[in-house]
Amino acid sequence: MTLHAFCEWLSQTPLSQIIQNISWIIPSVQSVHILCIAIVMSSAFMVDLRLLGVIGRDQPTAGYTSRFLTWIWPTLVVLLISGSILIIGEPTRSLENPAFQTKMVLLILAMTTTLVLQRPTFKDPAYWELSGHRIPARVLAVVSLLLWTGIVFAGRWIAYMNISGD
Amino acid sequence: MDLTPLFQWLYDSPVGTAIRENGTLFPWVESVHVLSITLVVGSISIVDLRLLGITSKSRAVSRLTGEVLPFTWVVFVLAAITGGLLFSSNAVKYAHNTFFLAKMALLVVAFLNMLVFHAITSRGIEHWDASPHPPVPARLAGGISLLLWIAVIVCGRWIGFTMTAF
Repeated sequence: MTLHAFCEWLSQTPLSQIIQNISWIIPSVQSVHILCIAIVMSSAFMVDLRLLGVIGRDQPTAGYTSRFLTWIWPTLVVLLISGSILIIGEPTRSLENPAFQTKMVLLILAMTTTLVLQRPTFKDPAYWELSGHRIPARVLAVVSLLLWTGIVFAGRWIAYMNISGD
Repeated sequence: MDLTPLFQWLYDSPVGTAIRENGTLFPWVESVHVLSITLVVGSISIVDLRLLGITSKSRAVSRLTGEVLPFTWVVFVLAAITGGLLFSSNAVKYAHNTFFLAKMALLVVAFLNMLVFHAITSRGIEHWDASPHPPVPARLAGGISLLLWIAVIVCGRWIGFTMTAF
């Protein structure tokens, strides 16, 4: 089964038909999706900007990673659900879209970066403050900022690289 | 007061014309707008949730606002500039869009809510700055702000579904 055939099949399922035919579902789900993106983006930016020393230098980085990184994972679950509803409603517009595919690759990379940042802090909350860890922390922070920003851009471009024609 | 001539002038301006007629300019500006607005709303929510006594309770309110709000202002300016550019591309039509007007009204109310908080509610903040549960007026300010900004995002998303392509 090709991706296109899968999209065609998915768009004919009863659930997809419901999403397509009730006009307020997609804008409402997109609103929830953006609100969740706001949570993830701000959480990631707070941690990254602290690791870069831009904000909150009076508090150890441990306070930041524990306060903000924990918000990312549960919010990503809501994003996965709302995103799935949008895909089921418009399979071709999303799955076959280069902007969507780019977004998913960036998402995997951003999640990996977040894990790399978060894991060592479970054992030692002050891990990123140790003398040999500050430079890697800054590099990871820059990578994280770029990836999450790229996700927002790719997400918005889905609407403009739509090959399905609707 | 009829502002239509002003909106028409914006529409006809070189900037408005360029964003309207260049196929990729609008999505780029829009991407920056979405990025900045997610960061505005997310970072304000961090403060709102602290005022509500839900998160960052170990951090004094004044310290939290000191580290978060300068960042909020930077991204807010970015959101306002990009928003103005998007508006100029189709000014007359946006000015008649219900969701756009609602979004602007909500922004004004959010601004007033912030002014009241800074001018009145936060006077005497030294008595509850470190308290995990701020007094009722402060909690009210946080709750109102959170609801207003959620509504700003929702209205913003609905603008895209109620504007026909130009």
